[in-house]
Amino acid sequence: MTIPARRQRVWQTARVARSEIIAEDVRLLDLVPDGPISAYTPGSHVDVQVPFVHDDGQQDSDIRSYSLIEDAAGEGCYRIAVKRVAHSRGGSRFMWSLCQGDTLPLAPPSNFFSLSYTCPEYLLVAGGIGITALHGMALSLARAGKSFRLLYCARSRDRLALAESLRTQLGDRLETRISDEGSRLDTAAEIAQLHPEGELYMCGPMALMDHIRDEWRRQGRAEWRLRHETFANSGRLATVPFTVAVENLGVEFEVPVNRSMLDALREHDVEILADCERGECGLCAVEVVAAEGEIDHRDVFMTRDQQRRSQHLCACVSRANGRVVIDTTRQGTFE
Amino acid sequence: MTESSWPRNAWYAAAWSSEIEHELNARCLCDTHVVLYRRSDGDITALEDACWHRLLPLSLGKLDGDQVMCGYHGLKFDGSGRCTFMPSQPTINPSACVRAFPVVERHSLVWLWMGDPALADTDRVPDFHWNDDPQLAGRGGTFYSLACDYRLVVDNLMDLTHETFVHAGSIGHDAITRAPFDVTHTEREVTMERWMRNIDAPPFWARQLECGEAPVDRWHLIHFQAPSTVVGDVGIAHAGTGAPEGDRSQGVTGYFLAAITPETATTCHYFWNFVRDHHLADPQWTEYLHCAHVNDTGQGVYQQDEAVLEAQQKAVDRYDRAPFYNLNIDAGAMWARRLIDRMIEAEQIPRSARARTGESTLIHSQPAG
Repeated sequence: MTIPARRQRVWQTARVARSEIIAEDVRLLDLVPDGPISAYTPGSHVDVQVPFVHDDGQQDSDIRSYSLIEDAAGEGCYRIAVKRVAHSRGGSRFMWSLCQGDTLPLAPPSNFFSLSYTCPEYLLVAGGIGITALHGMALSLARAGKSFRLLYCARSRDRLALAESLRTQLGDRLETRISDEGSRLDTAAEIAQLHPEGELYMCGPMALMDHIRDEWRRQGRAEWRLRHETFANSGRLATVPFTVAVENLGVEFEVPVNRSMLDALREHDVEILADCERGECGLCAVEVVAAEGEIDHRDVFMTRDQQRRSQHLCACVSRANGRVVIDTTRQGTFE
Repeated sequence: MTESSWPRNAWYAAAWSSEIEHELNARCLCDTHVVLYRRSDGDITALEDACWHRLLPLSLGKLDGDQVMCGYHGLKFDGSGRCTFMPSQPTINPSACVRAFPVVERHSLVWLWMGDPALADTDRVPDFHWNDDPQLAGRGGTFYSLACDYRLVVDNLMDLTHETFVHAGSIGHDAITRAPFDVTHTEREVTMERWMRNIDAPPFWARQLECGEAPVDRWHLIHFQAPSTVVGDVGIAHAGTGAPEGDRSQGVTGYFLAAITPETATTCHYFWNFVRDHHLADPQWTEYLHCAHVNDTGQGVYQQDEAVLEAQQKAVDRYDRAPFYNLNIDAGAMWARRLIDRMIEAEQIPRSARARTGESTLIHSQPAG
């Protein structure tokens, strides 16, 4: 069983101390590590290893990141909430199969979505299970006495995980937008009324985040005040196997749904630079020579225009359907 | 488990307000390097002094408007620590930021909150109002990187019997060691009170009251606020004129103000001031009292303390006996240390977490942020 190389991690064994359904398709899990527990800041996540079986029956595992909701370190656990996904790549299905007492490998918290406390105003926008990343932030902002609102969007009321306890602690600062009840997020108006130096933190489906990002730009807001994280485990297209041909090496292979293109390249001994493995740094951007099918750019390193031109793709997070021919010999800045 | 000798969830003095202009200033507080500057709106920004990219201290860079530009590759960071520019790419990595510390300017000092920013309550800035009280006058200074554990300074100020021996000839007096004292404490404060009645005034005080050899009543009312500020209400009045009962009309009062900020485990920054309630408009008195504490001869009262404290730290480093023997006179200092320890303990993940989960594991916390 090989663990993908994604970042250096110290793995602990964590035991499931609680597993409880808290909303339609949302399960709360308390994970107790067998080593020291770390305090963590809002926006932190833990990585866990989830096992899966290849088509040929071979056992394998992959890494999933889950946001930590509230600071439960004082209770001796890491608390996460996992949504049940119908066409899961394996993470959701495995996490939902866990019962109290089960164990799984876990890496201690890290934070790529840090909350500032120095802005005059904050707007938090959560879509569905995206609430998990913003839950601790809202509680911390409330504790710090900062001016903020949390807009929680969901399809139906029974999908509003954690809303009740948030309501108790946040009062009117929590607002819900439930599409089945005809209440929708008015992105343009919300951004327009945010303080010019305010920050917007968002977490949710790609379509929601794209929509907010486009509106944020349209209103001429500073890019760095739009805050989001980049697990990049969802894209604009469905996650399917695809074929990669490395022209300069004359090799061709398939990238399965449970592997990133970067992992697959490594497994086929294709040497390639990479660092963040979250689609931010661009070090793994490879040149696309040809593509049969569509490329699903899931990085935030390239601009939309660069993604549209598809002359490069970030191998750590981006995917495709069909076949992509790449060249790994050249690197540098690109148009 | 890394044992820290200071709580992080506290306001610590980082600079005098007058020191921070629209330029980059480097400081180290609580083993954390920060860069400070005043923005064009007048407020102060404090950022972690290490570029997100390659860790070069940002204080070696320069200001571009209200943003700091790293002097190595030109990355820029705004006042909340967000990266706003990266070279050779049109986008900015969303996770790129440096830590920003909550800042408050109050009573002529710049205070930083080194712990969890969600807990940074400005009501908890130590009461230092004497520092800019128009009814008082004086001029202080700073011992940056004083080579001792900050708690040794607290010890020093919470027990003034040392005046007799360290500061003989200025404020020292045998009566200090003879007079009884009272120590009281609350959750966050310790007060040490000592009255010396009907004594002759030591030279430093006789000059201020202009009392010659006439007998005086002298007081030390020392007030500690956890974790590391001390305000001393000290003075003399003509003997029997009612000072112990609250009538100081026949006396002079000075307040020594000490904000002591840990820099490392064995160094600290000591922001001090001494303000008087007499001759407020007379700059010669300001000069005299300043020089009594710190002067070119190196024999000012605080320079005498500096020599003792630094020598004491060297001795502590040499000996591993744990750490001191204590005397009755140390009650004030020991209560101060106990309140500090309580604050440190409160920042650990509670032990009950272990009990609840039934795990016999080592539980520790890491600094927030």
